[in-house]
Amino acid sequence: MYKIAVLGDYDSIYGFAALGLDICPVNSPEEAKKTFVQLAEAKTGIIYVTEALAAVLKHEIDRYKDAIVPTVIQIPGISGNTGAGIDGVKKSVEQAVGSDILFGGN
Amino acid sequence: MASTQVTPTRMELTRLKKKLVTATRGHKLLKDKRDELMRQFLDLVRENMALREKVEAGIKAANKNFVIARAGMSGEVLKTALMMPKQSVELQVGERNVMSVDIPVFETKTRTADANDIYSYGFAFTSSDLDGAVKSLADILPDMLKLAETEKACQLMASEIEKTRRRVNALEHVIIPETQDNIRYITMKLDENERSSQIRLMKVKDMMLEDAHHYKERQA
Repeated sequence: MYKIAVLGDYDSIYGFAALGLDICPVNSPEEAKKTFVQLAEAKTGIIYVTEALAAVLKHEIDRYKDAIVPTVIQIPGISGNTGAGIDGVKKSVEQAVGSDILFGGN
Repeated sequence: MASTQVTPTRMELTRLKKKLVTATRGHKLLKDKRDELMRQFLDLVRENMALREKVEAGIKAANKNFVIARAGMSGEVLKTALMMPKQSVELQVGERNVMSVDIPVFETKTRTADANDIYSYGFAFTSSDLDGAVKSLADILPDMLKLAETEKACQLMASEIEKTRRRVNALEHVIIPETQDNIRYITMKLDENERSSQIRLMKVKDMMLEDAHHYKERQA
């Protein structure tokens, strides 16, 4: 059985606790890295990471890019949407097609 | 041009011809795979984008609700209210094979049967805004799970498409032309060898006849 975790600053993620997801509030990039690796090793199926934190954890997230578990998904934090999640989708189109033919216009 | 050294022998020629057949067949198959992957990928990625926009909007709205809820009560109360969640979600990860790419299938199971069992607090000490906020977040959870599934599938398929495309290109532009060149080179070389041995034989025959009949002396 896998778990679902949410990683980010406390303000952005505390609501998910009520839904039964594991929340992992972190305050510093170092702490985030450590927690992320721990989660990835500990049978976590999906890790939702706030966009702000995902930028810091880029290297760690890339390591699990080709694995099904854990699936790392970026979500907007409380401070707003940085567009990193949408960029991720565009990037995969670019990787597959060669250039972004679907969402290039917006 | 045959850039690498090939030995112009009949055996090598048969080997190369077999290689060419395999390469052409592999090229065709890989091309089909790429096209099919691409078709499915484009469908999936459109869905992914739509889901992402929906989820991002949903989370944004939920965050707004939480800010309002927080304004109406003290931080400690809020923390206590959410400290012991009633509900817990467990995830079952399956796999589905799409054109040799394993994409995830997520299934969730909640601990309590009632999906509305998300309020981990008594209603007496918390503001009603919190209920709304928690509800709004709970509403987008299914979409978030769907998003995780599609987004991962898109990433995996994108990298598979890239790999397949490279293979197709390598076969189409390097392996197949090179093999064809080598085959042509060997055929030409073998023909040339045959001609040269033919000429040599004719020459030898001439010399032997000359030896036997002394045509030149008779002419003179």
